Amino acid sequence: MVATLSRIFGIHNLALAEDVVQDAFCRALEVWKFHGIPENPSAWLMATAKHRALDVLRRERTARTFAPELGRLLESEWTVAFVVEELFEANAIKDDQLRMMFSCCHPRLAEEAQVAIVLHILCGFSVSEVASAFVSSDAAIEKRISRAKKVLARSKKLFDVTCADDFSRRLPVVHRALYLLFNEGYHGASPESAVRAELCHEAIRLTALLLEHPLAATPATYALAALMCLHAARLPARVDASGNLSSLFHQDRSRWDPTLATEGQRFLDLSATGSELTEYHVEAAIASVHAMADCTEDTDWRKIVSLYDILLTIRSSPIVALNRAIAIAQHEGPERGLEEIRAIADLDRLVTYPFYHAALGEFEYRSGRSQIAREHFRQALALARNPMERRFLEDRVARCEDHRADSESGASVPAGIS
Amino acid sequence: MSEFIYLYRGGEAGRSPEKMQLMQQKWTAWLKQLTDQGYIKDVGQPLERTGKLVKGKQKTVNDGPFAEAKDIIGGYTLIEARDLDQAVELSKDCPIFENDGAVEIRPVMKINL
Repeated sequence: MVATLSRIFGIHNLALAEDVVQDAFCRALEVWKFHGIPENPSAWLMATAKHRALDVLRRERTARTFAPELGRLLESEWTVAFVVEELFEANAIKDDQLRMMFSCCHPRLAEEAQVAIVLHILCGFSVSEVASAFVSSDAAIEKRISRAKKVLARSKKLFDVTCADDFSRRLPVVHRALYLLFNEGYHGASPESAVRAELCHEAIRLTALLLEHPLAATPATYALAALMCLHAARLPARVDASGNLSSLFHQDRSRWDPTLATEGQRFLDLSATGSELTEYHVEAAIASVHAMADCTEDTDWRKIVSLYDILLTIRSSPIVALNRAIAIAQHEGPERGLEEIRAIADLDRLVTYPFYHAALGEFEYRSGRSQIAREHFRQALALARNPMERRFLEDRVARCEDHRADSESGASVPAGIS
Repeated sequence: MSEFIYLYRGGEAGRSPEKMQLMQQKWTAWLKQLTDQGYIKDVGQPLERTGKLVKGKQKTVNDGPFAEAKDIIGGYTLIEARDLDQAVELSKDCPIFENDGAVEIRPVMKINL
């Protein structure tokens, strides 16, 4: 609704658009209190917002300028009702969301500001919901969002989705924002839950919206959609029956969502055109290898390692390198994994990442050095970002201690290890 | 460029909602086209067909109608055209003609003192 109203009022009147939506909700609460909830509440809200929009256009047409591209048609009774009516039709609303999505990914905004404002305007998240998604304070997010709104308001015009050049230039920025949005949900550093499925679903919904637009349905967009679906398919198994985080290696794969996996596979096939190979292609391909294996042992780890090699050439990051090391350990053994981790170029950037220490711990543990492993897991535990990660890592520490107790009773621990 | 007023006379579309919506669509399309081509100075407004008439030194107030139904002014638009001929040409796509209405085209008088 905010997207549609901003299209009518102009992006510089974003606050007015939000007021009208707010007003529609307030009216709804009042009317529904007496008459009960109507059969189609969202249609009711839309109609209310539409009438309010017309009121505002009529009352303020001399005081404000509205969307410059609709210009004069909003000034006259000859046309205003019809133009507004048209903009509230289902197809137009989708276009508005797309336009708003591209407008939010303004190059003058930092990536995290883009994601915050997409969540706030297009997904209807309140400031405190956005704050909890980012593990940030309400005040900080409030500031970030209002600064972003100011940048948008200064831009005067919504992004023109019909201009092919601008469109393809902005598209990668939109991809990046949606990718971050998805990751935030998937790896979510959120305090109350590690898996914010809602964020993932919003990211998938907005990506699907991109796929409906001829200019936006590029191989990279398909790859991004594939990557999201293939990962989201694993969401139901990421948390086990007792509410604990379950690693990919131990997940109950029968709980993976087959519909999403098939959908992801289909998108991946559709992405395989053109000459451009994006990081989304490679990440989706990795996810697809996992999706096709029935268990950890069946996984084609060699293929995964080679995909990580490609990914490193496209987007070199210590986390990608760490994941590659984990894949190598899977088919060449934990000692090789440790070797690869030590060889990572900018290792210092990983020291605050809990799963770096967890990976070291895991390899040491598998190599039979449970005491060293325990130290690594303890370090990881100190960095855990939410209760689920904490429980997961506490469990690992405990396992090492059990193991140590066993070996000590057998007096087989080599001296000098700790 | 000179300014002209289009006065729309008569040509009521009838009151069925479907018919009205269709006419609304045609009017919007036509005015949008003129706007995009840069001929519109002010889209103007449609007018109700009834009102009051204040007249003469006595300022007597009467209800409408002000003219025969087919001559009632139903709205106006201010346009900008090269000359009267072009203004006439531009009016010919107006949807009002489908309902037997008329467009009266009058140049805006420039008063120089």
